[in-house]
Amino acid sequence: MSNYSRRKFLKTGGALLAASSLPISMVEMAFGKDSEQNFTFAYISDSHITQIKGNKFVRNWDRGLIRAVAEANLLDPRPDFVFYGGDIAQLGKPEEIDHGLEILGALRGDIHYVMGEHDYYVDLGDYWRKQLGPDHYSFDHKGVHFVVLNSILTHEEWMHRKWDTGMDRMKQMARLDNPNGQPFMVGDKQRSWLKADLGTVSKDTPVVVFSHSPLQKIYKGWNFWTDDAEQVQALLKPFDKVTVLYGHVHQIQTNQIGNISFHAAMATAWPWPYPSTYTQQESYLPKLTVDMNRADPFFERDATGWQFINLHSGNVDVHYTLPDNEARVVAFDEKLGHPVDTKYQAVADRTSPQKHY
Amino acid sequence: MDSRTMRHITAGIMFLASGLVVIPAQADEFDQADLDRWQQEYMSVVEQGEKLFHGGLGNENTVSCDQCHPNGANTHPETYPKFQQQLGRVVVLGEMINWCIMNPLESEALALDDSSMVALQAYIHHERRGGELAPGKH
Repeated sequence: MSNYSRRKFLKTGGALLAASSLPISMVEMAFGKDSEQNFTFAYISDSHITQIKGNKFVRNWDRGLIRAVAEANLLDPRPDFVFYGGDIAQLGKPEEIDHGLEILGALRGDIHYVMGEHDYYVDLGDYWRKQLGPDHYSFDHKGVHFVVLNSILTHEEWMHRKWDTGMDRMKQMARLDNPNGQPFMVGDKQRSWLKADLGTVSKDTPVVVFSHSPLQKIYKGWNFWTDDAEQVQALLKPFDKVTVLYGHVHQIQTNQIGNISFHAAMATAWPWPYPSTYTQQESYLPKLTVDMNRADPFFERDATGWQFINLHSGNVDVHYTLPDNEARVVAFDEKLGHPVDTKYQAVADRTSPQKHY
Repeated sequence: MDSRTMRHITAGIMFLASGLVVIPAQADEFDQADLDRWQQEYMSVVEQGEKLFHGGLGNENTVSCDQCHPNGANTHPETYPKFQQQLGRVVVLGEMINWCIMNPLESEALALDDSSMVALQAYIHHERRGGELAPGKH
């Protein structure tokens, strides 16, 4: 493809880890007109660090995060910063958050954090905020406005009802398929804050929003869903270029709604099935999404991974790095006006044996 | 015992015997109350399976089935028995469940007729009800 240039993204020298599995060169979009402003950042999410007892943690989930950190440290050119997309912990225990942060401490460069429901519901985010600061904030970087939202709030009356312990509340929320589950929401207060925050940003400034849950409605039964998604989208509508990056779903998802591009992050811990594989309920996976391969449980890192983001001309290309599978690139297509998987768009090009059923 | 008494006993035995012949035939009859009870028996095992599937197995590392398989999704029970290529032989669903119990859950395999194994399978199949059987399908 003539308009693509090959460029080295990951260092290979001295990296035994990289030798066996890492794609050592990646495809990226040709640089846009303001090449000075182009930059990359890494995106790691959903590690679900689980304390068993004392200093014992679930090995599998530890290994996923350790591997993502090691691989992200090999990125070349260096990303400007790293985003962590939420759910450091499984049950929000201080021991789990601290153990996760200790592993993430090996990352080179600054890290920005997003709150996940598994970090939040034991103490309504107190320990997370004590360690990491506010759960919603914004900043500007090289002409791009970044916004972080806490999208995993729910009805006030449910959060504040008389629970025996915070852990009882957490266990209700930690179960993805809980039939008594509560829907995620950004809420009035944060939407007012977002409105004021965006009020000072010019409409031609690219905006990148991070949330833990999708700011779109895919499947309510597993909270692949944010209740006030449309209201948040309406606040983002006046801007020329908007990208929403989210975690929670543990799988690749791609969508375009009006001016807003959506990309989901893979988890470092374990992959989730696409909602369509649960046949008792209807779900709405965006049709732009090219499903991930069916995961092989015998390779415990299969269908997990991390991603790095190339921001060029204000649009986002997501490079998904899968340890036991072919890397994927979902890039913004200027002509089509939405993100496309650079390889697997045509059905015939998709890897066939890993059918979902 | 005189012959008359003997005849009465014989008649009584024949009566009982004829009754025994009739009873099994009647046992095949069932009504809505029976169906309701059998469904309730089944659902109680499904519910037990749901609990085991969602952290009820008591494995030390606390990892639960639903963490990877919400609503039992991506377990495709309708494809078993099948050649499980990673194990190199044809297995029933219970053997794959045991693989999960031994590996991600880092625990001990269950006997295939263990009541917990039956309950786990009842839950997994129940969440996949209505689908077509596809034994052997990879």
